[in-house]
Amino acid sequence: MYGKGLKPLSIATVAMLALSLSLVFFYAPLDADQGFIQKIFYIHVPLAIVALIGFIAGGVFAILHLRSDDRKWDAYSYVAIHISVIFGVAVLITGAIWAKASWGHWWVWDEPTLVSFLIVFLLYATYYPFRYAIEDRDRQARYASVFAVTAGAFVPLNFMAVRMAESLVHPRTFATAEGGMPGEMMLTVLCMLVAIGLLWTTLVKFELTAKSASGQVKRLRRALDAPVSGGSSRIAPEVG
Amino acid sequence: MFLPLAAPALPLDEAGKYVAGAYVVFVVLLVVYLAIMAAKLQRIERELREVAALAEERKKTQVAPGRGAEEAAPHV
Repeated sequence: MYGKGLKPLSIATVAMLALSLSLVFFYAPLDADQGFIQKIFYIHVPLAIVALIGFIAGGVFAILHLRSDDRKWDAYSYVAIHISVIFGVAVLITGAIWAKASWGHWWVWDEPTLVSFLIVFLLYATYYPFRYAIEDRDRQARYASVFAVTAGAFVPLNFMAVRMAESLVHPRTFATAEGGMPGEMMLTVLCMLVAIGLLWTTLVKFELTAKSASGQVKRLRRALDAPVSGGSSRIAPEVG
Repeated sequence: MFLPLAAPALPLDEAGKYVAGAYVVFVVLLVVYLAIMAAKLQRIERELREVAALAEERKKTQVAPGRGAEEAAPHV
């Protein structure tokens, strides 16, 4: 029953996204230094935070899979990482657009925040070929869970290492020194963070529901001794 | 690499293109994802229709021999 509560969650996500985008363009004041270009941060920063939390959630689900040996948790871990990778693509592209507008370069290799996020993203990009390389479904699920736990532990370590780095060119959104951001901006960022978090949850539930429906059809085919069609992915975990 | 740390704010007409670009990227990614999911759901629906047709076919073939035997039996 992965689809339970999907409808109200989808409605809440659309409503929260609409409200947050209205706040971004009609309520939040223009930044004194960056001007209108700072509006990119309202989408870029929540996407980055939710993607990183999603990677950690993938690790937590993987721990539950390893502890219980329940394939459901492997599916949760796979889908959490899958949606976070998609969000990661959006983070890298929106960040590059901001960098081009603000710094005049699409990418800066000596900026720790950018490079560290790229490392995390590339690490998770290897998750798919890693799963694909293992034929046996049980071994695939177990090894993928070990990968998700290790990579999930790397995410906060990486985040702390970047925070401790001295050369910081990348702006800090939740700055603690010198007052931080004004209240209207903070409220807008927090609303956008909730909206993107809801979007992530909705997409995870949506993907799990689709996988569950696909799994049920396969079970029906097996019960009827009918050939199982080869259209589905060999790396995606099957959920009943 | 030289980085302009305190770059002046871009004028609105120039900054607008970048801001629109960033939000369009987000929307495009979302729409592409939803299109892929729609294709997946269509495949599941097609498979489900095939399975339903197969189940009905099996049911008919299971019922048919019984009916045939009934027809062949002499009427008393």
